[in-house]
Amino acid sequence: MFVSSELLHVTSFSLGMAALATLVMLPPGVTLAWVLARHRFPGRSVVETLVSLPLVLPPVATGLILLKLLGRRGPVGRLLDAAGIDIIFTWKAVVLAMAVMALPLLVRTARAGFEQVDRRYEQIAETLGASPARVFFTISLPLARRGVIAGSILGFSRALGEFGATIMIAGALPGTRTLSVAIYSHTQTGQEAAALGLLVAAVILAFTAVFVSNRLSDTRTEH
Amino acid sequence: MDPVPVSLDFTLNQGSFTLSIHEHFEACTVALLGPSGAGKTTVLEVIAGLRRPSAGKIRIGTRQLFGSDGGLDLPARGRRVGYVPQDVALFPHLNVRHNVLYGAARGELVPDEKVVHLLEIEPLMDRRTEGLSGGERQRVAIARALASAPDVLLLDEPLAAVDVALRGRILTYIARVRDELAMPIIYVSHVEDEVQRIADWVIVLDSGRVVGSGPPGRTTGR
Repeated sequence: MFVSSELLHVTSFSLGMAALATLVMLPPGVTLAWVLARHRFPGRSVVETLVSLPLVLPPVATGLILLKLLGRRGPVGRLLDAAGIDIIFTWKAVVLAMAVMALPLLVRTARAGFEQVDRRYEQIAETLGASPARVFFTISLPLARRGVIAGSILGFSRALGEFGATIMIAGALPGTRTLSVAIYSHTQTGQEAAALGLLVAAVILAFTAVFVSNRLSDTRTEH
Repeated sequence: MDPVPVSLDFTLNQGSFTLSIHEHFEACTVALLGPSGAGKTTVLEVIAGLRRPSAGKIRIGTRQLFGSDGGLDLPARGRRVGYVPQDVALFPHLNVRHNVLYGAARGELVPDEKVVHLLEIEPLMDRRTEGLSGGERQRVAIARALASAPDVLLLDEPLAAVDVALRGRILTYIARVRDELAMPIIYVSHVEDEVQRIADWVIVLDSGRVVGSGPPGRTTGR
């Protein structure tokens, strides 16, 4: 009974946080993907590298960077503290860690989606009098939608499995415990049965997300 | 319709290719004739604002679209030109109605009946664009360009993707658009017969240079 109620709580908390992280990263992620796919500007490769950094940096290192930035004595944390906003070791830190770790996957996949859109459609829309914003929302985004959706699902899956950055800035407190963190805590304290239950939930969720994302990518290449 | 004064006077350098055209004339339908690679499509793209010339000026009727001297370079969305590229580029995610309405002035929800009637596309309005034939796609693309109320219609090889048997009909539609809507047309083709039937001014291009210019009959592609 204890295991099943914890399983339910941790799973739904993780799903909720990952969904929120996906929503939070969508506007900047899609904008970045479009800018990188369509524009040449000085410093573009630096931006590209920065966006991909969380993919290759150890997640714990990314977590430490976030901790240094957002901690009470950090440059951003000081401002937030003055405004009465607390992020570190709250559920907001979980969302932030997930969003930062998932962003590169969204940007890379959505960018490929935008690159597949024939520029000709955007140009014709322009000659028909459409503003750049209208071209983006009525032509580029709908035609790149499969890439954006596949990237969101991949990012969501990554967020769901996030561990290193989360434990650095959100800890393993009752109010911030995600699936991965709970599996780790249970294993550390010898509660094998509880850890296994959570493991099954994690595998099912990850499988479903990657399966859906792959199906979407397959449909995209069929066109 | 009365002939419209046109100035196509610009140079465009693109790698090893240079397009140089310095023509001033009055016409209703201008044909750009020449072999592939002559620069015909590039001329249309420059007029539509999709490519920037290195120098020169472009004027159609009373409106100047580009002038390097005065630093004028209207963006594509402000040029009021109806551009129909060779591949027509109908928006694949929108049906025919929404394609035609895309550029409709003042966001109208009902297509311009005259345009729809003129090009006989009423039965196609609720269809998806994928199933359309070459001739139907061409008519829908022309309707989409006209619905944006342009000052001039730019047609790039409009008969290229149309069955030989239907080419005469498409030319009739184009002549109807010109006459009934008093719409000046700039028409790109590599087929001289086609041009002789529709144009009242011909410019022959070869390797980016004008090699002949004048009324049809007196100007040939050879």
